[in-house]
Amino acid sequence: MEKNKIGPGRIILYVVLLILAFVMLMPFAWMLSASLKLNKDVFTFPIEWIPKAPRWQNYQDIWTVIPLSKFILNTVKLTVIVTLLQLLTSSFAAYAFAKLDFKGKNALFLGYIGTIAVPWQAYMVPQFIMMRNVFHLNDTHLAIICLQAFSAFGVFLMRQFYSDIPDELCEAARIDGMNEYQIWWDIMLPLSKPALSTLTIFTFVNTWNDFLGPLIYLTTTEKKTIQIGLRMFISQYSTEYGLIMAASVIVLIPVLAVFLSLQKYFVQGIATSGLKG
Amino acid sequence: MSIENARIVTPKIRKRRNNLIAYSFIAPNFIGFAIFTLVPIVMAVTLSFMKWNGSGVQAPRFVGLDNYTHLLRDGRFIEAFFNTIVYTAATVPLTMIFALLLAVILNQKIFARNFFRTISFFPYVASLVAVAAVWNALFSPEKGPVNSVLRALGVANPPGWAVDPNWAMVTLILFSVWKNMGYYMVMYLAGLQGISPELYEAASLDGANAAQKFRYVTIPQLGATNFLVLVMLTIQCFKVYDIVLMITNAGPGTKTLVLVFHIYNVAFKQWDLGYASAISMVLFLMVMIVTVIQFRGEKKTA
Repeated sequence: MEKNKIGPGRIILYVVLLILAFVMLMPFAWMLSASLKLNKDVFTFPIEWIPKAPRWQNYQDIWTVIPLSKFILNTVKLTVIVTLLQLLTSSFAAYAFAKLDFKGKNALFLGYIGTIAVPWQAYMVPQFIMMRNVFHLNDTHLAIICLQAFSAFGVFLMRQFYSDIPDELCEAARIDGMNEYQIWWDIMLPLSKPALSTLTIFTFVNTWNDFLGPLIYLTTTEKKTIQIGLRMFISQYSTEYGLIMAASVIVLIPVLAVFLSLQKYFVQGIATSGLKG
Repeated sequence: MSIENARIVTPKIRKRRNNLIAYSFIAPNFIGFAIFTLVPIVMAVTLSFMKWNGSGVQAPRFVGLDNYTHLLRDGRFIEAFFNTIVYTAATVPLTMIFALLLAVILNQKIFARNFFRTISFFPYVASLVAVAAVWNALFSPEKGPVNSVLRALGVANPPGWAVDPNWAMVTLILFSVWKNMGYYMVMYLAGLQGISPELYEAASLDGANAAQKFRYVTIPQLGATNFLVLVMLTIQCFKVYDIVLMITNAGPGTKTLVLVFHIYNVAFKQWDLGYASAISMVLFLMVMIVTVIQFRGEKKTA
């Protein structure tokens, strides 16, 4: 008969929770605080969490010190295109795997399953060589798009969801004279909003935060994404802490905004991957 | 209706038509998937038996098992292999313990539960480059706040963290646990919510205290989740690269060189593509072993 009375167990619980929350949040708070300081004040001890004279100038300067707007534009472009392609082609293919009967279905699906176990890092080298030697796509955004837009993960996730939608729904639509494309567009897509949201946020976060892909493929500064752009800046101006932290805050905002607004679907996505494997 | 019926559609024709429709659904994804994933995988296997620098002028040369025998003589590779194992062996259990602890706390009826759930997920979604920059500043040996606090607490010689040969791997592991525990916390939360409350009630009736309930109800009921987290984390640790690049840059020296880092160097700095592919096959094999164990385990629990 546990009541929410404040006993010793409860106190320990809150103490542990507060310590963990502090560890989780402290780096972000420090980042925010340092982004408003002069370099010479960043490391003063004890830490001055709220600067007496916040230096908003850092947030202005960062746009001229590095082509930050260009980096952001490149990343937004890549993220939007990859996410759209991913949603479209995955849900399209998943419909066939979940709701249609055809020759070679199992073999094709096995092809997808088989590659899930192969880490990208194991074939990134030949993939780059092929992209460069055959398609001449090194140092292009198109290469990053081709790399990211056709994942087996998307097909899996969508198929899982479509399989739970009753077949009778499709049968009824067929009797009503709808063709398969109409069924996909008018029935399946509207019903699969939760799965689409999950896939959107996963693809968005992955593409926005991707590092190794752009690092291998993009060499021209103007083509770089925000992650490798920021990294380049950090290695060039390693002591400009105020500016580095301001840039970092700017880079974090879009992902945190998307995460906070779609959090429910993100958590659901992880939970289903956890339950169903 | 009558016009439709007049056209004879034999089952065979219908079947063929259905096949074509299905293929048209799969094609857009599958063509991209085949070209950019399947072909490179086959190439990786083939290349591991070749010597090639990737130039269009010079053709790849078949060298048999040379690349594989070279693995045993390459001190860097052996170091990278062991570093990867050490990193994995420490990161996996630590992440699991903290993720489970967090999940158990955040599964209670506590004040501002959703707020705490949200913030524990921040490190996972945050851009690695940005949070790595903060960590490097926080753990900076001379002037970083962490060492300033340690000195204030009376530690005369605080560790040099990422640039200290004895602490670089520790720093890497700590960062990794901090960055990823939120993700696995969510998986544990889902697992905890799947446990029937009746089990806890029954345990209460039998006079079990909180610790006993955790030991005899929670832990056994989380078996499947534990196993999945273990597998996913292990694979993730085998593939580590960007964290290493940003926190220690494989240093000091080669103290934190890991497999993918070595693949990257051999391929894109030395342009020894055949040998890089052979190292890739080792990574592939490691992941494959874990996956096979997972398949076996899932069959058992199913």
